[in-house]
Amino acid sequence: MKRFLAFVKKEFLHIFRDYRTLIILFALPAAQILIFGYAVRTDITNAGIAILDNAHDEVSSELALKLEASEFFTIKAYLTSYDEIDAAFKKGKIEEVVIFPEDLAARLQREGNATVSIIADGSEPNTASLVTGYTTAILNDYSASLLQRLNTSTPVINPEVRMYFNPNLKSHFMFVPGVITLILILVCALMTSVTIVREKEFGTMEVLLVSPLKPWQIIVGKVAPYFFLSLINVIVILLMAWFVFGLPVRGSIALLIAECMLYILMALSLGILISTLVNKMENAIIVSFIGLMLPTLLLSGFIFPIENMPKGYDYFSMILPARWFVEIIRSVMIKGAGFVYVWKETLILAVMTLFFIVLSARKFKVRLEEGSK
Amino acid sequence: MRRLWFLLKKEFRQIVRNPFMLRAIIMVPLLQMLLLVPAVTFQIKSLDLAVMDNDHSPASRELLAKLSGSSFFTVTSTPADYKQAEKLLYSGDADIVLIIPDDFSEGLAGVTTPRLQVLADAVNATNAMLGWSYLTSIVFDFNRDILINQGMTPSAIKGISTSPRFWYNPTLNYKYYMLPGILVILIIAIGLMLSGLNLVKEMEIGTLEQINVTPIKRWELIASKVIPFFILGLFDLALGLSVGWIAFNIPFEGSLLLFFACSAIFLVAVLGLALFFSTMASNRQQYLFVAFFFTMVFVLMSGIFTPSESMPQWAQQFNLVNPVAYMIRINRMVMLKGSGFYDIARDMAALSLLAVAFISFAIMAYRKRA
Repeated sequence: MKRFLAFVKKEFLHIFRDYRTLIILFALPAAQILIFGYAVRTDITNAGIAILDNAHDEVSSELALKLEASEFFTIKAYLTSYDEIDAAFKKGKIEEVVIFPEDLAARLQREGNATVSIIADGSEPNTASLVTGYTTAILNDYSASLLQRLNTSTPVINPEVRMYFNPNLKSHFMFVPGVITLILILVCALMTSVTIVREKEFGTMEVLLVSPLKPWQIIVGKVAPYFFLSLINVIVILLMAWFVFGLPVRGSIALLIAECMLYILMALSLGILISTLVNKMENAIIVSFIGLMLPTLLLSGFIFPIENMPKGYDYFSMILPARWFVEIIRSVMIKGAGFVYVWKETLILAVMTLFFIVLSARKFKVRLEEGSK
Repeated sequence: MRRLWFLLKKEFRQIVRNPFMLRAIIMVPLLQMLLLVPAVTFQIKSLDLAVMDNDHSPASRELLAKLSGSSFFTVTSTPADYKQAEKLLYSGDADIVLIIPDDFSEGLAGVTTPRLQVLADAVNATNAMLGWSYLTSIVFDFNRDILINQGMTPSAIKGISTSPRFWYNPTLNYKYYMLPGILVILIIAIGLMLSGLNLVKEMEIGTLEQINVTPIKRWELIASKVIPFFILGLFDLALGLSVGWIAFNIPFEGSLLLFFACSAIFLVAVLGLALFFSTMASNRQQYLFVAFFFTMVFVLMSGIFTPSESMPQWAQQFNLVNPVAYMIRINRMVMLKGSGFYDIARDMAALSLLAVAFISFAIMAYRKRA
């Protein structure tokens, strides 16, 4: 046991001596939180729009006022003809053009129904569908108020909405859990696989193997520092989310930390597994980067919701541990859900962890000659 | 020149000798294109709707039929009470819950105000907002039908509908938007990761010192490290583009020559960065971290996921020195809008400037160490 502790201490020293890596280890989550909080946002506030008012009547001006008054839009320009639209888009700065037809008020009076055209810049599909959705919502609201004005006895349905968990519709509620997921994969899987393969490549693994330490002690000793570093990282991210965005942990912190520990364990065992499969650092990096980082970033539902993906991708994402963890952490952190809501995902993660550990234990070679091709 | 030739031969041999590396060079563009491009979309296919019908009337059933008839909503469950409905939101089994109160049909008959209550899971703000606006449109339609049935003339029912159209990409095809960006990530993966690791490896295992004591000149060494990955990068780009073409039928409006010329400039900038970072690292692990950090920041800020024009001022200023931001803009303009040389000349000039700057930094930084 004393030997083992000495070994763990050595590993810690190795990591703490490498101050450059340490700095980046903590700068990375900080930068990500700030980028996702302020720069990469998928919510809409004060999106620029242009108005092409062919009507110039009381309805069109009331609608324009309504759009301007909402926190989502700012009217950047008033156009006078259809031909100006293309130039307005090309100049940038506006996301959509709202076109009021010539006889809006008269049509509304005569036929009851009038159509307002919206032209959005489809070259940015996400913004385009969002701004048209928001505009439609504002116009629907106006239609309902028109009906109500009509006659108090007319039955007009009055739908009320309650936005759960995120009443201000901010996008960083989606991203903070994702940042944790990504950082943990990076620190645990990537770093572990690279450090162990490095020992193999330099031949120091042989030295370790002939030492009185048992193989499992070597592996545990190698990954223990990363376990602690990852936990500290999680806490830093949570504190930043709290202080920068006022994003609290709504659920139980103990549950959250426990789930993070499970995920860290999973990522570490995945890293060990990768290290048993490859012999060169470049190869370990390629496997971790292409096989883990990119799918975690793009397929786990962290930026792009899984529900939106084509059918087969949905199933593919099920083999990604990150997908389940994003789900868990979102539920616990943002929704304040208890264990009863996440036990299924937790079980899946636990089974995956066990699978990786068993597989890497079987693949771990105590002898090296067959490995050095 | 002969020396450079030999060095290049050595580099290529080393790459070919590592079968894993060869496979990665072929597989990376294939996987990225086929796996990532279709999956990265914000476009909502359908939302899971739970309906709690306390009214059990013909009217509420009709509303339900209207909702499940729309392709946007899938009615997945019918909770019995409020607690159960809330539970569905917590477990994620429903995105939106619609509660029809027990006096709904009475309200429609004019006794009280007919009300509907909607609970939306707003963790994903986009889904919640779009779901809500769809729902109100459907409810408004339903309301209109009811009023007409009650004998009101359609012209008396005032309402404004919207007809959205999308220019430049009428079907809002997300693949067209993402594919040019994924191609840029591909170049970074090859240019930044593989090339930098290669140089740091020579440093780490001590062979760089051996090279330094030979008559090989500095520029020859750097050229021998840059040229193979330059070729590989362009090869992978062509491969990725062909896959995108065949699999997704992506339109290519602009000039292929211009596209490859810009990509070549970008690749030089990336390789310059790789060399520069490699002088900052003493082993591959460190290099990996430094490179990953900057890749992450450059890519996220570049506007690949969300338009960079809507980012705050500081982000836009940062993007002035962000090669990825220029490249993504150029790619989208050339591929989707068919922009020509004059349209992108400014971006190209800025990119070239950055490429020259990064390469010079790298050479200066390298000199100090040797």
